[in-house]
Amino acid sequence: MDFIRNFPMFSVVLSLFSGVLCTMLRGKTAKIYTIIYECALVAMVSSVLWYTADAGKSFTYVLGEFPAPWGNELRAGTLEASLALVFIVVMLCAVLAGQRYVQEDMDESKINIYYAIVNLMTAALMAMTWTNDIFSGYVFLEILTLTSCGVLIVREIGRTTLAAVRYMILNLVGSGLFLLGVVLLYDITGNLLMVPMRAEIAMLYQDPGAKTVLIMATGILTIGLSIKSGLFPFHYWMPDTYGWATPTSAALLSSLVSKSYIFLLIKIYWRVIGIDIFTDMPIRNIVFVLGLCGMIFGSVSAIRAENINRMVAFSSAAQIGYIYMGIGLGGTAGYTAAIFHIMAHAVTKSQLFLTTPRLADVSGDSLRFKNLQGCALADPNAGLFFLLPSLSMIGIPIFAGFSSKLFFAMAAADRGGIKLILVMLALAASSLLNAMYFIRTLIRIYTPAQRAAAKVRHGLDYNIPMIVLTLANLAMGLFSWVFAQVIGQGLGMFM
Amino acid sequence: MENLIANSTEAVAVILFGIGFTMLLFHRNLFRKLIGLNIMDTGVFLFLASMGYIEGRKAPIIVNGVQSTEAYINPVPASLVLTGIVVSVSVTAIMLSLTVRLYMRYHTLNLDEIYSIADHREDDR
Repeated sequence: MDFIRNFPMFSVVLSLFSGVLCTMLRGKTAKIYTIIYECALVAMVSSVLWYTADAGKSFTYVLGEFPAPWGNELRAGTLEASLALVFIVVMLCAVLAGQRYVQEDMDESKINIYYAIVNLMTAALMAMTWTNDIFSGYVFLEILTLTSCGVLIVREIGRTTLAAVRYMILNLVGSGLFLLGVVLLYDITGNLLMVPMRAEIAMLYQDPGAKTVLIMATGILTIGLSIKSGLFPFHYWMPDTYGWATPTSAALLSSLVSKSYIFLLIKIYWRVIGIDIFTDMPIRNIVFVLGLCGMIFGSVSAIRAENINRMVAFSSAAQIGYIYMGIGLGGTAGYTAAIFHIMAHAVTKSQLFLTTPRLADVSGDSLRFKNLQGCALADPNAGLFFLLPSLSMIGIPIFAGFSSKLFFAMAAADRGGIKLILVMLALAASSLLNAMYFIRTLIRIYTPAQRAAAKVRHGLDYNIPMIVLTLANLAMGLFSWVFAQVIGQGLGMFM
Repeated sequence: MENLIANSTEAVAVILFGIGFTMLLFHRNLFRKLIGLNIMDTGVFLFLASMGYIEGRKAPIIVNGVQSTEAYINPVPASLVLTGIVVSVSVTAIMLSLTVRLYMRYHTLNLDEIYSIADHREDDR
């Protein structure tokens, strides 16, 4: 069974290899290959999850057998494995459900390139999830930035290019800040591996001079990654980026890419800075306040949107706010809530982004609310798969969205004081706003239109991934304590 | 002030980073934004390279049998700079190709103008 220890490395190398291979295949073959190899990844990552949960501790994969503090390492615990599993399942579902639009949106000869970029993105996601070396984190973060730009610009209309430029500029600012933070930390600690860095930082934090540098470096890293993941006030690129991308890309960018940046940030807080030292820093409170602002302002912008994709995109900004609020609350409960929300939102939002173009198809190729009337009746499947994640977003019990709100409330109750009041107010306001714009949309799409359109049926390529995502959503809602337990166990072995 | 003079290279590096950062964020011309990006990255690389260099020591290649670590420089910062340069070059390349694509379509490099043209020309779906 010790062979499973190689799987984190295999998942990265196999994805990189698949990326190269897909450039040589024809479009359709590349698609089938991508689906098969992602199924293999699901099997690998699940066995890593089983292995670490069974052993009750994480393991380290040492590249080239150079022991710490030299060399490069991957590290897998239940937290990394469960997050990687959610990422891969969502990615597989997005590739399956969006394939029709990939064919429509791009030139026949470029389809294989699209799948190549998706595979490279998987490699970067996997590497960022497993890595135990902060500079590898930076390198794969840049690869993730480049590939996310790649999946945007494959749809060659002016708007996507413009959205990609805006997305890239903000992301490059974020990467530059992240690199500066990494360099500062490297300069004062002399290590790049995360665990030796933490030992140095624990000593340096006692020294007042080094403490200032540490707080500054942590702040720079936080700003860099929060720009990249779209925390308020850096969220304004979201609607253009998600709204104009091809559906698979929108699902990948909103559910996986921005989440993996947040996970890297959490990893830095726990494994590099050390959670006790980070709790002592003032940065946590700033993150908390920005998270709260994001929750409210994202939702307010979503209400004002006239286009269903922009609404869903702004709602993503609000959900990113939730996650940062959990980080700001701190403690195991706060981080558990944040990571649970990362998973819940990945499952929910990808489903919404994969469904909206189908609703647009039966409304004269328009995403505007005024044209969407009755589209759920013309396309009952898409209507249903818009309804279920919407209920989850609002926070109806039995869905994942409800559980994550519950976790946030419980984490805040642990904390008590002013933060409890603020979190409760923000949760109430945000749920109300969520309910306003999602129920408004649901009423609109279920109101019969004047013209009765012929009913559209979808094949298994759309229905199966949607059923998988819905089941995942329900599982997270009904058995949320299992997920919380796995995340809690993962956080225990995360340091 | 004394610290500033002693660490003048690092100070210059941070100033360069600041210049690049503001150019990347606030310039409206796409091409200048890209130049800003490169200045910003150069600032970080200069910072890293100057921190990694210790006056009077040699490159880490063993000559004349001297094995003491005191005689050599740690090669890791230099290799990090090289990795960083590779990343920066590829990012610049992809941004330049995007810039070319935007220019072919909108015939200007000013982002504000591009937005106003795009808002008029392409109808919202």
